[in-house]
Amino acid sequence: MNTYSLMFAGVGGQGSLLIAEITSLAAVSAGYDTKQTEVHGVSQRGGSVETHVRFDQVAKVHSPIITPGEAFAVIGLEKLEALRFAHYVDPKNGTIFINDHELIPASVADAEKIYPHETVEYLKSMGLRVIVLPASKMARDLGDGRMANVVLLGALSTILPIPQDLWEKTIKLRIPAKYLEGNLKAYQAGKEMMS
Amino acid sequence: MLFAAEQFHEHGGTMREFLLGNEAIARGAWEAGVKFVSGYPGTPSTEIIETLAMRFPETNPRWSANEKVAFEEGMGAAIGGLRVLVTMKHVGLNVAADAFMVFPYSGTNGGFVVISADDPGMHSSQNEQDNRYLARVGKVPVLEPSDAQECHDFMIAGLELSEQFKSPVMLRTTTRLAHHKGLVEVGERREVEKKEFVRDAKRFSVPIYRLIRRPEVEKTLNALTAYAETCSFNRMEHNDNKSIGVVTSGIAYQYVKEVMPNAGVLRLGMTFPLPANLLREFCSQYETVYVIEEGEPFIEEYMRNLEIANLKGKEIFGLIGEYSPGRLRSALALGDPPKPFTEQVNLIPRPPMMCVGCGHRTVFAALKQLKVTVSGDIGCYTMGALPPYEAEHTTFCMGASIGVAVGLEQAGHEDTVAIIGDSTFIHSGIPPLIDAVYNKSHLTLVILDNSATGMTGSQQNPASGKNLLGEETPKLNLEAFCRATGVGSVEVVDTWQRKEIVNTIRRAIAYKGPSVVIARGPCNQLPEIKKRHVIPFIVEEELCTKCDACFKVWCPAITRTEQNFPVIAANECTSCTVCAQVCPTDAIKLAEAFA
Ligand SMILES: Cc1ncc(C[n+]2csc(CCOP(=O)(O)OP(=O)(O)O)c2C)c(N)n1
Ligand code: SF4
Ligand code: SF4
Repeated sequence: MNTYSLMFAGVGGQGSLLIAEITSLAAVSAGYDTKQTEVHGVSQRGGSVETHVRFDQVAKVHSPIITPGEAFAVIGLEKLEALRFAHYVDPKNGTIFINDHELIPASVADAEKIYPHETVEYLKSMGLRVIVLPASKMARDLGDGRMANVVLLGALSTILPIPQDLWEKTIKLRIPAKYLEGNLKAYQAGKEMMS
Repeated sequence: MLFAAEQFHEHGGTMREFLLGNEAIARGAWEAGVKFVSGYPGTPSTEIIETLAMRFPETNPRWSANEKVAFEEGMGAAIGGLRVLVTMKHVGLNVAADAFMVFPYSGTNGGFVVISADDPGMHSSQNEQDNRYLARVGKVPVLEPSDAQECHDFMIAGLELSEQFKSPVMLRTTTRLAHHKGLVEVGERREVEKKEFVRDAKRFSVPIYRLIRRPEVEKTLNALTAYAETCSFNRMEHNDNKSIGVVTSGIAYQYVKEVMPNAGVLRLGMTFPLPANLLREFCSQYETVYVIEEGEPFIEEYMRNLEIANLKGKEIFGLIGEYSPGRLRSALALGDPPKPFTEQVNLIPRPPMMCVGCGHRTVFAALKQLKVTVSGDIGCYTMGALPPYEAEHTTFCMGASIGVAVGLEQAGHEDTVAIIGDSTFIHSGIPPLIDAVYNKSHLTLVILDNSATGMTGSQQNPASGKNLLGEETPKLNLEAFCRATGVGSVEVVDTWQRKEIVNTIRRAIAYKGPSVVIARGPCNQLPEIKKRHVIPFIVEEELCTKCDACFKVWCPAITRTEQNFPVIAANECTSCTVCAQVCPTDAIKLAEAFA
């Protein structure tokens, strides 16, 4: 397999687009042809956001859109969104990363009751490879819960063929100086969870 | 979302950037020496002008009052000798259509490219509309890039084409093209000398000299048709296996390359006028030819008219919505991709919401309480049609709220209230307001004045007091303006004052004659509002009786604790005060006061 397809799923404001962008740029710096696309309605208002990233070590990437069933990884920043895009994962060789975190849609009646709290167990029962990370909690412990996205990025980086130094270089380019130190720690913590 | 571009330097001195299709168009316009850019925000076109403002202000970009104005300003600049870019979403071209249809009669002087950003799948639009048909009616050539690199290249080539044939050119993008990123080889800006403008009424005063101009339009179109046969926008990629050929355009080309790597391909980069001979020649070489194009069967119909028989198209790929590799696979019986997990688990939707602290909420709460019929318009307030408010009963297109309310009144529905945003009012609400007064309507209009074009990302507009480049500019005085139209009652109210809003709208409805309520308060996504320091509200649990009144404000910053107390997310609260206003026990206080 040469084309790596990655699906980032989250809620507007969680920063799924940012880690998708960092992944793309790291892949580009590694010399891989890369495409990225984001699908959202009005993202700053708390709707679902999906970002597709595809890169290839050898050939050109044609479609920016991932086909369900082919993603090397699905990265869910919370459970419901992970579930919404879980069918994109390659059932044989793919991995679903899930932040152990629930964001209840505020605009759905009785959402708390009908929210799919059992997402992780369900996806595992479907025979899929699921890795659950307490990314929000780890990020809070590091000082800012909003860095959960970068914790997940750290975990993801361990299964991709992009050299480590390029990840850190790209994070430094993308994340404002003020937040850099915390985010590098979040990235490191995510990586360590996978070792 | 826009990020500053990253540059990648390569061997041999080429420079590449990882760009959105829209950013690549902006970059291309800059490189081609464009000196005037106008447009009106609309997804998926907005980032073009935003990129120009951020990175390439020497292209002289602006937000215009609406697309027709943008187009006309662009026409003036182009006949005046400059290279020009005008941007809009697909429905914007409906607004600009009057100018769009007549421009080919005079033709242009400096290069003129108009972006029509079509939205297959209607990710953020009220309809699916394939603007290649409008181009055909107007006899304007259409270019369709297939990736970010071509967005850049076709922008530059489009200006050259425009100058070569003295014709306006349409660059048609679609959502996926505009909103995907890819590597783009970029260049530097090349200044282009301004062309001379001669006062030539026989050319530029079209209505008077229309009979002279009419044959010229056909001459240009004939020349373009001949050009289409050999131009480099169209490309054959033959295959030794002659069983399947594909005619395609736009982003669909990428899906074809991925799903049908063994097919011969004719990629049309210029889709109007179409090359009859090229199409015939290509099709004669393959057993079966698939026509794969997003949107309407524009190419396909043309080919069927040429009586090419071995075609398959919309009947297998479908008409509605966006294409994708998965969709092509299913259509070609190459296997169905997995479906979302919906059995045994509850895949509940997550619809978009108004932002925390958005000033529109109080207006919808009031309209719901007053139980009136609401003639709505297009903007963030369109979400008022959804639960929990469900207080918007008609919405069609920009500016329609007022005319529809006047019509509903004529049909006996006198309890109708029209609502419109400031940007939409300026865009297309002014003639209908004047009409309502002129025709003695008892219209009640609420203008939601948040000093921004919120829905598309909080851009500046004439009611903001700032322009695209952030410079101070005269702020349209909406209340004086409405009074000048002859509206008898104009009241301004702070949009976060719940009770006052209800009372003001009630008075406006009771007023005999046309009335306007301006509900005022800035959009929370405006850069200066996002930057400001706010003291959040906080719930004092000892005083809270868990009556749930604050939840009925529907602010996403308010959630529940495990003990079922309301809790306010301190880093999200914009301190709008609305939840505190509804709390019967004053349990919601400014964090500072509480401390
Ligand atoms: C003809 C046309 N042009 C552009 C758009 C895209 N668009 C949708 S809503 C909107 C304006 C929203 O601004 P405003 O009316 O001030 O309301 P707000 O979103 O700020 O509440 C625009 C530009 C459109 N739907 N139709
Ligand atoms: S963008 Fe502005 S107008 Fe739109 S919901 Fe948010 S605060 Fe309200
Ligand atoms: S004051 Fe209340 S309603 Fe307003 S933003 Fe804060 S929590 Fe939401």
